[in-house]
This record gives sequence, C-alpha cells and structure tokens, in this order.
Amino acid sequence: MSNIIDKVFEHSTRIIAFSVLLIVAWIFTVLFQNSLDSMQAFGFDFITDTKWAPNLEKFGALPAIMGSVISTFLAMVLAVPVAIGVAIFLSEIAPEKLKSPIGVSIELLAAIPSVIYGMWGLFYFVPIIRDIFGGLGIGMLTAGIVLAIMILPFMAAVTRDAMDTTPDILKESAYALGGTKWDVIKDIIIPYAKAGIIGSMILALGRAIGETMAVTFVMGNVHKISLAITAPATSIPVTLANEFTEADTELYFSSLFELSFILLLISFTIISIAKFYFLRKTRRA
Amino acid sequence: MTAIEKRMLTNKIVMILSTLSAFIGIAFLLWILSILIINGVSAINWEIFAFEGAPPGHEESGLKHALIGQLIIISTATAIGVPLGILGGTYLSEYGQQSKLANIIRDISDIMMSAPSIVIGSFIYAVVVIPMGHFSGWAGVIALTIIMIPIILRTTDDMLQLVPSTLREAAFALGAPKYKVIINIVYRGAKVGILTGILLGIARVAGETAPLLFTSFNDNFLSTDLNEPMASLTVTMYNYATSPYEDWQNIGWAAAFILSMFILGLNIIGRLLIMTRKGK
Amino acid sequence: MATIINIPHEKALEVKDFQFTYNGTTEPSLKEISMPIAKNSITALIGPSGCGKTTLLRSFNRMHDLYPGNRYEGLIEFKGRNILEPKEDLIQLRTCIGMIFQKPTAFPMSIYDNVAYGLRLQGIKNRSELNDRVEKALQDAAIWKEVSSRLKHDANGLSGGQQQRLCIARAIAVEPEVLLFDEPTSALDPISTQGIEKLVIELKEKVSIIIVTHNMQQAARVSDYTGFMYLGELIELGITEELFVTPKERLTEEYITGKFG
Repeated sequence: MSNIIDKVFEHSTRIIAFSVLLIVAWIFTVLFQNSLDSMQAFGFDFITDTKWAPNLEKFGALPAIMGSVISTFLAMVLAVPVAIGVAIFLSEIAPEKLKSPIGVSIELLAAIPSVIYGMWGLFYFVPIIRDIFGGLGIGMLTAGIVLAIMILPFMAAVTRDAMDTTPDILKESAYALGGTKWDVIKDIIIPYAKAGIIGSMILALGRAIGETMAVTFVMGNVHKISLAITAPATSIPVTLANEFTEADTELYFSSLFELSFILLLISFTIISIAKFYFLRKTRRA
Repeated sequence: MTAIEKRMLTNKIVMILSTLSAFIGIAFLLWILSILIINGVSAINWEIFAFEGAPPGHEESGLKHALIGQLIIISTATAIGVPLGILGGTYLSEYGQQSKLANIIRDISDIMMSAPSIVIGSFIYAVVVIPMGHFSGWAGVIALTIIMIPIILRTTDDMLQLVPSTLREAAFALGAPKYKVIINIVYRGAKVGILTGILLGIARVAGETAPLLFTSFNDNFLSTDLNEPMASLTVTMYNYATSPYEDWQNIGWAAAFILSMFILGLNIIGRLLIMTRKGK
Repeated sequence: MATIINIPHEKALEVKDFQFTYNGTTEPSLKEISMPIAKNSITALIGPSGCGKTTLLRSFNRMHDLYPGNRYEGLIEFKGRNILEPKEDLIQLRTCIGMIFQKPTAFPMSIYDNVAYGLRLQGIKNRSELNDRVEKALQDAAIWKEVSSRLKHDANGLSGGQQQRLCIARAIAVEPEVLLFDEPTSALDPISTQGIEKLVIELKEKVSIIIVTHNMQQAARVSDYTGFMYLGELIELGITEELFVTPKERLTEEYITGKFG
C-alpha cells in the first residue's frame, strides 16, 4: 500500500513540476498561433512599419517597439548610476545602525506594486514635466523617469547583494595596502562582483522592458515616433494594456498578439542572458 | 598635489556623490510613500468599505465590490497555486534533485518569475476569455495562478534543500516510505520557509494589474460569481485614477493605500518569520 | 604581573599600556599590554584561540578602524609618534606597516597588477619603474621564477601557496618597514608552509616582522622573540629559545607543554 502511495506521490509531483515547462511552451505556441494572421498580412514590415492605424487595418509596430526600447534605455541611464550609488552607500558608507533599516525599506519599496508608481507619476510627476518642458507632460521622458524610479529599489537591492558577496578579508587586504574606500570599491569590490552587478542590471532591464502599469499612466499611447523626447509615445505593454479590450477585428487582435509575442521573446532573451550568463555562478551557491 | 592627496580627494568626491545619490533615491521613494499615505488616509472612510462603485458625483460610492473581488480572485489563485507550487517544488528538491530535467524546470521558472505579466494576460485572453466568450473572474484567477506557481515552486525547492539530509536519512533508517518522510519530516523542517514563500508569493500577485486588465476585466458592482467579470482593487485603481473625476481619483488613492498596506504587511510578516527562524 | 624582557635590538614599535575594546562591549579585549617589537627581527605572538593575538596584530595597522565603534587606549609608538592618535593618517600608516592575511587574498586582477597595486596607489605610473619594482618584489618573495612567464594571467589561477607568496610580494613591493602576518600558513599544505616560513626568515633583513600563529613549532622555527598571550593579556615576552625551554611564567609553561589551549 505504502508503495503505491509512494509512486502516486512521486508521479504527481513530477507531473506538476513538468507542467511548468508545458505551460511555458503553451504560452509561446498560443501567442505564435494567434500572431499568424498578422504575420501573414504584414510579414517583416510589422516591425519596421511606423503606421499603426486600426481603422485602416494597417498595423506597424515600430513606434511601440522603439518606445519600449527608448523608455527602457532612458530608465536604465537614469537608474543605473543612482542604483550603484545607493548600493555603495548601503554596503560601504552608511553607518552600521542605518544599513539595515535603509536596506529593508528599499527592499519593501521594491515590493510596492508598479501601478502605484504609475499613479504617482500621473498625478505628481506629469505636472512637473509639463511645467518644465511645456506640452502635455506625458510621454517618453516621463515614462523613462517613472520607470527608473520604479526599478531603482530592485536594482539597488540586488546590486548591494552582489557587492556584499566580496569577502571582508579581500577588502581588508586592499585597505592594508593603504587603499581608500573608493580604491577598494573600484579595484576590489566592483571587479569581484562584476558578474553579479551586470547580471542584476540586465535582470532589472528585463523587468523594465515588460513593465506595463508604471508607464501606461504617463506615456500617452500615441503610435508615433517623435524626435522630441517629451512628446507622447507608446510602448509594447502600453499598447497591449490600452487596446486589447478595444480591438474589434481579427487582424487587430492578431497584431496585438504578435506584439505580445515579440515582447515575450525580447524579455525571455534578456532575462536568460542575465540569469545564465552572468548570474549562473551566484545562483545555486 | 601628491598622489595620495589626489586619491583622498577622489575618495571624498565619490563618497559625497554616492551618499547624495542614495539620498536622491531615498527622497524620491519617500515622496511616493508619503503621497500614498497622505492621499490614501484622507480618502479612507467608512463609505469605502460599505458601498459598491457608483457614478462620479455620487455620495454613496465605495470599494466594497473591488475589495471583495480582489479577495476572491487572490484567495482562489492562492488555493490553486500554493499546493501546485509546493508539490512541484517537492519534485525538484526531493526527486529531481540535480537532474537535467529538474535544472531546466528551475531555469524556466526563474525566467517566468521576471517575465512580463501582461504577456500572461494576453495568453489567458486567448485560451480562456475567447473560448468562454467573455471576461471572467476565472480568467483572472488562472492568470495569477500561472504567475504564482513558479514563485512558490522555487522557494519551496530552496527551502526543502535547506533541510539537512541527515534528518531524511534518520527517518528512512526507521523504515518510513519516502512520501511519509517528505510530509512528516521534510515539510515540517521547512515549514517557516515555505510559509514565507507563500506570503511573498501572495504579495507579489496581489499587486498585479496588467494580467487582469483583459481577463477578469472589471465590474463597478459587487459580483461573487467567478464566471462573470469581476472587480479587483488594482484594475479599479487604474480605471478610477485615469478618470477625470476627482471623487473617483480619491477612491483610487484609497484603493492604492489599502493594497499597498496589505502587500507591505505580508512582506513584513514574511521578514519577521525569517528572522525568528534565524534567531532559533 | 607579566614578564617582559628588555630587548637588545633597536625597537621598531613600542606598545605601552595598550587597551582595546570592541564595539558594543564594555570589557576590553586587550588589557594593559606593554611590549617592544624589535627591529629587523621576527616577533611571534602565540596563545590559545580568543587570547587576543590577532586583535593585537590588527591594532598595529589600525585595521579595527574599518568597523565603527572600536576603541583604542594607551600608546603604540612608531617612528616617534603614537599611531593611535585620531589624527594619524591611516593610508600612510598602512603603506609603512603591511599585512598578510590568514587566507591568500589575491585580488581579482592579473598577477602583475596585484603586485603593482600598492605601487600605483602611491602614484607610481612610470612603466619601467613599475616593471622593475614588481620584478624585484616577486623575486624577494621567491615566486618570480614561477610566474615570470605569465604575469598577465589572472592571479586566482595560482595555487594557494603561490597566492600567499604573491600577497607577500604585493606587501613588500611598497617597501614597508613592518610586516604583520596573521596566521599566514593556516590555509596551506606543509610544503607551501615550509616555503613561506623560509621566506619570512629571509625578509627580516629588510623589515621588522610580527607573526601571529597558533602553531608553536612555527613560532619556535621562525621567530627571534615570542610573546605568549592569554585572555587578552600579554603573559610573557622572551627570546624564543628561552621562552620555549625555560618559561618564566607558570601559564606559559602550561601552555607550551600542552596542558591547555
């Protein structure tokens, strides 16, 4: 009897664990299948065409793709230096008594849902951008900044974790040679934790590019590539969030699914690079 | 200036810059937090809990529908996702161990934990909403379950691996079958860790908005039928906040505050649990 | 009261009524320590674990300052000044008093850059001067032959014993006056240990050495003077042969005959 239960238990756990792979494969298949109409209709033009006109049944995704890339790039440019600064502060500068409370608050802030960051951006940050740059205040720049603030806690926390893996004895031997704090940080900690730091940054990038709610409020969902960074724009997740419930034709839906498929491919690739190339060693330690 | 003086100066400059960036970062985050608290607290009153959604300008307007909808969606997703996640994690730690299959499942789960949740929403739209013909609470529940499983699975896996193998061996030596060893010894040993994982998993999906936008959709009135569209705090918050009506926006802030406190609370309890375990 | 001999040598350092208290504790971890450190000699510090020997060693280059809240009292005299003064320039101090750690601490960079690190910190940029001093340090650390053909390789590819000699080369490259060794062979195999011990003895021609070891034979093999510490106090400081053969304190005798520790 015990034997049978043992077998049943083992096999059920195996099937459930295996189903994770099945679901992921299923997600890829379903998104791909639903994209077929759009792929057949537009081919590669889908990702190079700039015109997105549902009323004309014409779907070009370049503005959304560019929007994702540019807003994420902006967010990274703004967040990376600050996150490294915060991480250095937390791991090397802050007095012992402050390290833990500040560290924990930053980790808690990373848990706040992104929709809250989006709401804050809409009500408090958009007016500031409007006052400074004129226009509507919503657009690429605002989205980039809000995205930067949203990923900052996550990025700072994981960067600090990576820096903290540097053995004390290694730092001490650099101090023992007469190094300053900065010498130790740039010559010992950063080289030692390089893979972990870069991996964390790329992981944050992977999250930022798929982030929906923090940017949906403040981007404007305008399918237009504009040279002005303050102009309203869109990104893949913003388009999906705004238009999925509005789509009214097969082709419109299919184009949205193709966008979703492209987003999945992009983020899967970025996250894989972070996890397998940079974070492999630190992962199952 | 000697080389050493130069280094000391650079050091000072970098220290100031990074302290400054830390303060800028923290100031922004404090700003958001204080706005959340100020707007949230001032918008909360008993009507929020007593009334369902109402048209703008209406006095008796609240979040009862969204609170209950949120509760139903999250607890159903938890009820499905937690046992599945724990069993899957059990396979990785106790049976698959370092086998190729187990490692692939770990890798894919890790990636899924960071994958864009709106993509999951569109997937559920295709496989649940379209066949059903309409938005439904179930669609939202399934979307959140799919997001939750990898989280629970990986934390369970990690936590079970922390249980010393001598404990398992001691139980096997007494002639216990493997499933009993796992349930009586391993689970018990990893209890606190698994519970923490569950709390953090719930906290994570409770804040999800994107995968609900076109699955459970929304409903301005109270509905407890998972076969129908269902309100959630997050989607309500999004709809109300983007509306032009000030009273709706205020209710949106109340929703934001309630949800954040719930999520922060779960995170804090999770942390305290970890601390008590370390303390032992 | 402790038995401290007078040393005939010139003194490199002089410790007087030194007390040290770790952050968050009221009881000092080192109590009323007074001792001379002889120049161009090797002074070994021995004693059971927790006796404070490493704590004392780390006071000589003020390593304890890396962690806030630690307190020094008394005097450690080096070149006519008290290095415990708050105004002491720690960067200068640490280039004069080098340190070798329990485990090899090769930095995540090439062999060459490891040795050049301290020199570059001092602002030496001249390529040929760097080359000369790196080579000399590696030769003095008896590792030049093994690494001369692969200076650009990652230092972490070296064996444990080689890494430790590399760390010694890195420390002597900046020509310190004192070298502190904190159980430098505790992570090494017997053959590497022998090599390091030989090297330490050779180095005393140029620098004054303080070595902490839990291995009494090692202290007996390499040192000129030995200090025995117990519960944060220096019990006895003597010429090594005398201390091991005819200890003057009962505690020292009990320790070296293996009655405790």
